[in-house]
Parts: sequence; structure tokens; C-alpha cells
Amino acid sequence: MTVRTGDELPPLRIPITRTLIVAGALASRDYQDVHHDAEAAREKGSPDIFMNILTTNGLVGRYITDHFGPRARLRKVAIRLGAPNYPGDEMVLTGEVTSVAEGTAEVAVIGRNGIGHHVTGKVTVRLPSDVRATADVRATADVPAAADIPTTDIPATADAR
Amino acid sequence: MTRDELGVDPDELYGRLKAYEGRTAASGGTGRDPVNEPMIRHWCEAMGDTNPAYPGIAPPTMLQAWTMGGLAGHPGGSARSEAYDELLALLDDAGCASVVATDCEQEYLRPLRPGDQVTFDAVIESVSPRKTTKLGTGYFVTTRMNVRAGDGEDGDGGELVGTHRFRILKYAPARPKTKAKPEPKPASETNREPEPTADRPRRPRPVINRDNAGFWEGVARHQLLIQRCLDCGAPRFPWLPGCGGCGSQRWEAVEASGAGTVFSYVVMHHPPFPAFDPPYAVGLIELAEGVRMVSGITGVPYDKVRIGMPVELEFLRVDEELELPVFRGAEA
Repeated sequence: MTVRTGDELPPLRIPITRTLIVAGALASRDYQDVHHDAEAAREKGSPDIFMNILTTNGLVGRYITDHFGPRARLRKVAIRLGAPNYPGDEMVLTGEVTSVAEGTAEVAVIGRNGIGHHVTGKVTVRLPSDVRATADVRATADVPAAADIPTTDIPATADAR
Repeated sequence: MTRDELGVDPDELYGRLKAYEGRTAASGGTGRDPVNEPMIRHWCEAMGDTNPAYPGIAPPTMLQAWTMGGLAGHPGGSARSEAYDELLALLDDAGCASVVATDCEQEYLRPLRPGDQVTFDAVIESVSPRKTTKLGTGYFVTTRMNVRAGDGEDGDGGELVGTHRFRILKYAPARPKTKAKPEPKPASETNREPEPTADRPRRPRPVINRDNAGFWEGVARHQLLIQRCLDCGAPRFPWLPGCGGCGSQRWEAVEASGAGTVFSYVVMHHPPFPAFDPPYAVGLIELAEGVRMVSGITGVPYDKVRIGMPVELEFLRVDEELELPVFRGAEA
């Protein structure tokens, strides 16, 4: 795998179900009623229950590690919420590598739903040591080098935890 | 001294809020449970995260979860400081009783593993001046938490494993709370029309006069009528007594096919108008007949509207007495 500035991550589509909203809220130990009780949410002026910020954070983290693999390590996740994730909607996460330096990539992430941008954020991730990182798009983009062939499984080297 | 809609002097209140910056928000907090595999597994199941690194380590984004009191709260009482309670109470008293989380910025210094006992403390980093947002008017409060971990036995609080900056908006809702609405608004349907209620202002009424009455009669029958000059044949819209080309006052009404394209558009973000729900797109639609009209665009998120996009006429019922011709976009 080679990581270059300007790389776009494949989109991840996440159906926003009641189950996801409630399971995410409880897994993050967030018992605010607006995340599980539709009646209570409406009384507080929201049309329905909506996803809590911890779940959004978890999904953004998953999006990055799904792409860079289990040996990538999240260093920073910074997110800002906009349009709420209500049940019945779908969120599509997209990401673009904005910089690569010293084995670490920065990825700008956007999660869009039917209303607008649910989340915008920036993630810093330390890449596994066998990943080639380059800041220059042009230097390698046209050359089908061996390093461009994605590694399909996890090498046997010890996990650098 | 000016008092505003919140019933308080905003400058005086801001001064009092600002005084809390730098004060402790939480101290001596201890995670309700040590980092553990079952909670990690529940998290991964909820997120659909199949990363094999878990549960050997905890997903870093769980950082805040380890500090949460849960349904019953922390057994020794909340770690939240008196200062933070006072700050929130000041905001509650000023009418900013609602709360929503807006930002979360976390840095992970080392992974947490099952067995780690988390401790935490937090400081009130900043309080914003009063802001008016789509949700309502209020103040952003930012806290910064340090999360440490040890084996649960040492008294020094352990090693710093992560930082967690969290921003909430404490606000007075823009719309009065209504009793449970019968139907939640479906989020997948874009540019939907919010249900007008007794508390919600209605859209402005059209001004109907002798020159344009025929147009509104057409709308009532779900027909989009434009005018055509009987002398030179030029179509025109909006409705006017005379032809802009030849000056003739002889005309006929013609039903438009309803097909059109987006000639241009704007996205309204600000200022908010009482009956509208920004951001929303307003299009200048070029009809197949050649005339252009300003109208709402439905069926496409406001940020997906594009010049040249084909659109199709539909009629939107805005409230019990008003129906409007709008245009449904077909997303590329």
C-alpha cells in the first residue's frame, strides 16, 4: 500500500437505523434520552432521536482504520457536528489524505446525510511501517511500481503496539 | 443596559461566564470500570468495527466512554466541579437550558488495554460570546480533559494516555417546544417543508392582483401558467399586462410543460426567516418554454444543486391554505 497526499478513501455508506443510534449511545454509556426515546426527543424540540457524538467519533475512527488496516494507529480525531443523524437516513463517509509525513497521514473526513454535512473532521493516523508514504502525488502516480500493489493480508511481523 | 430576548444583559452575563475560564471542570474522576473486553466488544458491535486489533487494545475513540457515569452515575458522586455546575446553572437561569455537543477533539498518546484503570480531570477552557445558531441562541462551552491510566493501585494518577477537548452549545431553542408532533420529519427526504404549527410562523402570502390572479388560479388547479403574446408570440413570466417585446396588451395563458433546468441558484444560509429552515437552495429555473422563474428546489440536498440540473414541476403544500409551484431536481 502506498499513501499519497490527495488520495481519496473509498466511501463508506452507513444506514442510520434506530438500532445503530441506540446501540452506539449505550455502548458509549450515553443515556441522554434524546438518543433512545423518540417521545422525549420530540418534547425537546427534535423531530426524532439522533446519533450521539461519541458514536459519530467511533464511526469516523472505524472508517480510517478499516482503510489503513489493523496495524494503523489513530493519533488524533477531531470532529465537528452539523446536520443530525436521524433514523431512516444514510450517512456517507468520504475522506481525502491531506498530508503525509514521517509515517503519519492526515485525512480530512466528511460524513454527509440527507440533510447536509453531519460531520466534518480531521484524523491523524500513524501508518503501519510497511506502508509507503509520499507527500508528492505526481512522483508516483504514473508509475505502476511494485509498492502500489496493495498488501492483501497482515504480514507476520509482530504488531508494533 | 440592554436586555435581549433571553431577558438578560448579554454583556453582563458574558462577563460572569468568562470568569469561569481556566477553572476546574472535573477533578479526581475515576472510570466506572477498568478498560475491559466486554465493553470494547459491545462498542465494536455497535460501530460495526471488525478491526482485529480490538479487544486486545480498546478503540482509541472509546476514550470518553471510559469516563462516563452511565445510567447510575459514578458511585462516589460526580467528578464534576462546583465551578462547572455553577457555570451550567448560570446558563440554565439565562434560559439556555438545552445542550448539544458540537465538537470533539481527541489525541491518543498510547492505546488503552483491558485492565487499565482510567482517571481523569478537566478544565473549563473557554466560554464563547453569545452566538445565534440554527438551533437557537446560546454559548459554546469548551472543556479539556486529561485521561490517565495506571494499574488502579498507584496514587499518582498514572500516565497521560489521551486528551479530550469537548465543546457543547448551551442554548435557548429557537422555536418554542411543542408537544409531541404526530410525525417525525423524515431525514432522508430533502428540502422537506417543516410542518407549520400554531407556534411556527407561516410563510408570507403571495400578493394577488388583477395582473397575476390568473397565475394563482392556475396554481390552485395544479397548472403552471405562463403568458404568451398574441401579436409577436413571445412567452413571458412573471405575469404582466403588456408584452416586453412588442408592447401588445393582447395575450393568452399557456400551461407550461413543467420541465426545466436550473439556470442559476443561491443557497440561503443567513439571515434566517421565521418560516424557513436554512440552509436551502433557491433556484432560477429556466422552463422548457424559455421563460425563467424563481422557485424552491426540492428532492436534492441544498449542496447538490447544480447549474444545468434538470428539474420537474411539482406542487408543494406549505400550509392549509397555501400551495406553491416548486421544482424537483434529479440528482446527477
